[in-house]
Amino acid sequence: MFDGYTMGELGAIFAMQGFAGLILFSVYVLMALGLAIIFGQMGVINMAHGEFMILGAYVTYLCSLFFATFLPELFGVYFFVAIVLAFMASGSLGMAVEWGIIRHLYRRPLDTLLATWGLSLILQQVYRSVFGAREVGVRIPEWMRGSLQVTDLVEVPFNGLLLMTLTLCIAAGVYLMLYRSAWGQQVRAVMQNRVMADAVGINTGRTDRLTFGIGCGIAGIAGSAFTMVGSTGPTAGQLYIVDTFLVVVFGGAASLFGTIASAFSISQVQSVLEFFLSGSMAKVLTLLTVIIILMLRPQGLFTLKVRK
Amino acid sequence: MKKTPPVLPGVHTNRRNVLMGGAALGAATLFMPKGLRAQDFPTDQVNTTGLAVTDTTATVGILHSITGTMAISETGSVQAEKLAIAQINAQGGILGRQIDFIQEDGASDWPTFAEKARKLLINDRVPAVMGCWTSASRKAVLPIFEQQNGFLYYPTFYEGLEESPNVIYTGQEATQQIIAGLDWVMREKGAESFYLIGSDYIWPRTSNKIARIHIEKNGKQVVGEDYFPLEHTQFNSTINRIRLQRPDVIYAIVVGGSNVAFYRQLKAAGIDLTREAPTLLTISVTEDEILGIGGDNIEGAYACMKYFQSLDNPNNEAFVAAFKEMWGSDIVIGDVTQAAYLGPWLWKAAVERAGSFDVDKVREASPGIELDTAPEGYVKVHDNHHLWSRTRVGRANAEGQYDVVYETADLIEPNPFPEGYQ
Amino acid sequence: MTRQYRLFTLEEAVNFALLALLIFVILPAMLDPFRLNLFGKYLTYAFVAVGLVLCWGAGGILSLGQGVFFGLGGYCMAMFLKLEASTPEATAIQSTPGIPDFMDWNRVTELPWWWEPFQSLPFTLVAIVAVPSAFAFVIGLAMFTRRVGGVYFAIITQAIAAILTILIIGQQGYTGGVNGMTDLRTLAGWDIRPDSAKLVLYFVNGALLFLCLLAGQWVRKGKVGRLLVAMRDQEDRVRFSGYNVANFKIFVFCLGAAFAAIGGAMFTLQVGFMSPTLIGIVPSIMMVIMCAVGGRHSLLGAVYGALIVNGAQTFFSEQMPELWLFAMGALFISVVMFFPTGLAGLYEDHIRPRLPGLRPRRPGRAEPIATAAAE
Repeated sequence: MFDGYTMGELGAIFAMQGFAGLILFSVYVLMALGLAIIFGQMGVINMAHGEFMILGAYVTYLCSLFFATFLPELFGVYFFVAIVLAFMASGSLGMAVEWGIIRHLYRRPLDTLLATWGLSLILQQVYRSVFGAREVGVRIPEWMRGSLQVTDLVEVPFNGLLLMTLTLCIAAGVYLMLYRSAWGQQVRAVMQNRVMADAVGINTGRTDRLTFGIGCGIAGIAGSAFTMVGSTGPTAGQLYIVDTFLVVVFGGAASLFGTIASAFSISQVQSVLEFFLSGSMAKVLTLLTVIIILMLRPQGLFTLKVRK
Repeated sequence: MKKTPPVLPGVHTNRRNVLMGGAALGAATLFMPKGLRAQDFPTDQVNTTGLAVTDTTATVGILHSITGTMAISETGSVQAEKLAIAQINAQGGILGRQIDFIQEDGASDWPTFAEKARKLLINDRVPAVMGCWTSASRKAVLPIFEQQNGFLYYPTFYEGLEESPNVIYTGQEATQQIIAGLDWVMREKGAESFYLIGSDYIWPRTSNKIARIHIEKNGKQVVGEDYFPLEHTQFNSTINRIRLQRPDVIYAIVVGGSNVAFYRQLKAAGIDLTREAPTLLTISVTEDEILGIGGDNIEGAYACMKYFQSLDNPNNEAFVAAFKEMWGSDIVIGDVTQAAYLGPWLWKAAVERAGSFDVDKVREASPGIELDTAPEGYVKVHDNHHLWSRTRVGRANAEGQYDVVYETADLIEPNPFPEGYQ
Repeated sequence: MTRQYRLFTLEEAVNFALLALLIFVILPAMLDPFRLNLFGKYLTYAFVAVGLVLCWGAGGILSLGQGVFFGLGGYCMAMFLKLEASTPEATAIQSTPGIPDFMDWNRVTELPWWWEPFQSLPFTLVAIVAVPSAFAFVIGLAMFTRRVGGVYFAIITQAIAAILTILIIGQQGYTGGVNGMTDLRTLAGWDIRPDSAKLVLYFVNGALLFLCLLAGQWVRKGKVGRLLVAMRDQEDRVRFSGYNVANFKIFVFCLGAAFAAIGGAMFTLQVGFMSPTLIGIVPSIMMVIMCAVGGRHSLLGAVYGALIVNGAQTFFSEQMPELWLFAMGALFISVVMFFPTGLAGLYEDHIRPRLPGLRPRRPGRAEPIATAAAE
């Protein structure tokens, strides 16, 4: 398929293909970070993770409407406001859910799966009742829709750059919070030994609520970012759930670095395969590879050594 | 002795009298045939098979997904069907009977469609069902309709290869929709090479098969063909492949939420469709989908189908006005929505022509039914239960509407089993 | 040790008889053919739920991919029926008559080799159980010998369900794609579509379900069942006692798969088609929920759970098509929150103590036969 192309053209294509892989990587990391906290740190299987993302997307939608109507001159920067609001909205909903449902189920992690599945059905119907069954079109400011002309042939989409920057910031933020803050220390303590953590005076209830809230909040940011590249509808959250769990599990559930490494390897494999094969087969092969590796190395790529 | 129901004036001779209908609700009442009273059509004569038809009402079924992923697409069809039923009722109903409906949710799940179809036909005994959207849902209910002798009005453009005595296909079959558009793009845009891309299921695959054969017949070239799982959201790799192949035309049959991802990523990757290099021709993006994609992301793309909301004719003006009045002023109407709107009207015409609600008689009366009040213009039911219709090409503008740039001169004959395209 | 286990206590025998009464007498007497066929469909899910009681309730293995086995069983059946429906006469309109219609649409001109054996009914009947069990064996072997369990196992099986769905949809020339295999007509010349056939199928379905229930009861009451429970509660102790834990897990996982596959085959026969929507994540999770609603420790509870969850879904969606998801979501959450042992738990806690001659097995929450761990 490469006959009749100059080296320059091929180079350009490969450069852009590499960039496409990086965009996919950012998407995966954003999807998985929130879940890595909730599932990896707390052991809660949150099947409504996709719905928390879509909440962020809807908040972005509302925000774009608000700015377009009342503050049209600031429309160019509404997105940054939307991200913050999405974080707050999904985060508060997450904390409410933790308080109402999840905290009663910590001893039964598999049951959280069933309860959050019920929650996801309810949230989908709420979105449908409030925003209508059709997709909503989130308007993106002009400057974010263009692309950066690097050379004649290489064009780099701005939204991709923005996605990567955002991913970088959030990953760094999560790292700092988990490993460099008192809160993070508490979270990890509670994860490793709840009873002991309680005994040394950590308010485990509050820590749990905050952790769950932050995980959901990050999902909200992801949803907000995905309005740039994907669709916003009541059921769009379902699309992400399998991929997200696989990324987290593949990385080794309790390891933040593992999540990022796994997002990187899965996205690269998939985008390379997609370039050479049809989309459907690429997806099957990627998932299959992941499963086979997981069968050989069930604990995922990276694990924390924790005494069970 | 059995009393024969009175023959309706002009049913067979002058379609104008009978079928002048709801699209132009206000004006049409002047031309409405008067005196269709229920007592002229005793229930035991118009309903000899125990259907849900009483002296005052006839109850039809509406079977679409209003939950699950397909609700995004099917909502418009439900709205159109409800509008048509309301308009028919405002005009006095069918054979003097008001039309009632039972709505069931297919939940985007094919077994559920089958279950609900069974319920509507066996439990509720509805004389007709307006419903289904995806091919899979139609295939799931088809054996049930044939076995229980139900009657389905199916609104979606689809792959063809089917002709059931129990279904009226109010959307276009593949050759109707595809060939005129390809001819147009080869003629007007001088297209030489095509890149085919679609969601991975039967409609895009069959459509692309027909497209490929037609393209190659005309001595042009297909430089790539790609399929993605439904709901796929990452198209950057494909976009790079498209760049590499440099086709004159991207022929896109992507459906559902994937559309949003595809067009947004195309735009972001610097492929500006307004420059028409390459030209993008789609048969799957209606105004409904543009709502999610955003008009400014798809501006400049061409779509080939039989109806656009912007069609300039009095029928359509009345239809759009009535639709907006019922469902809100910011709503949009796509090809399938319009086709769904035709269902109840075609059924009304067939029932009145047959003078009966019985499925066998309605089926017999259906071929040849004409509707010149259709928003898309004049349509006629073919013997093969599909509609004769025009095909149009529209260019997407930034407001999320299509500007019609081409319209076939004649009605295109439906041909669900095209020779030489299989 | 030669201790004998009785298959049934009197109480269990009565409960089995009550369920048999419901399925074989009360439902057929009360319901019209359409509703009875619906209940027949619900009962096909009960096969899966019963299998899950063994895997999850007794063995602690939660599979979120039971739809895979349900689907494989269903597809095996559907392949046979589809071939029978695709006689050269019936498919004369195709460019290659005599092959299934979807193959012709996808320009497949010849029946693939792996379709050929499905011309034979005996082979098909064996394959319905053998193919899914073999697949489960491979998965089980890979996972359990490496001691993958719990949440990991759940998520990996979920991913397998996703892969199989994409694969079936992508290979539509050989599988029928998204549409699945539709328009199935006869089973060895016997028309499966009329009401009379549906009635027969309903009873066959019920009988098979009882066979599975009996098999499940036998497994649970026997040594394997007790070991499973012991493993669920203290896996290491069982291992240290010299048992090969993985083998028992593989066995029960395969058994669950075989049950699910029988259910899938009966689904195909009763509903008249098979499609990839029955394999994916959503149906697989729904099956687990049926099991949870019924009570994950109770075989009979699973059957009731399947009836109730599906019945509720049909009822709610007919009564309020716009809002039924709220009701279903609330049902799942409240079951998990307030009745973690499901219907069977309600029975243990509230009904059983009031029955004459029966005392609560243990004070407090019933965790049936968990004491077996001490064996």
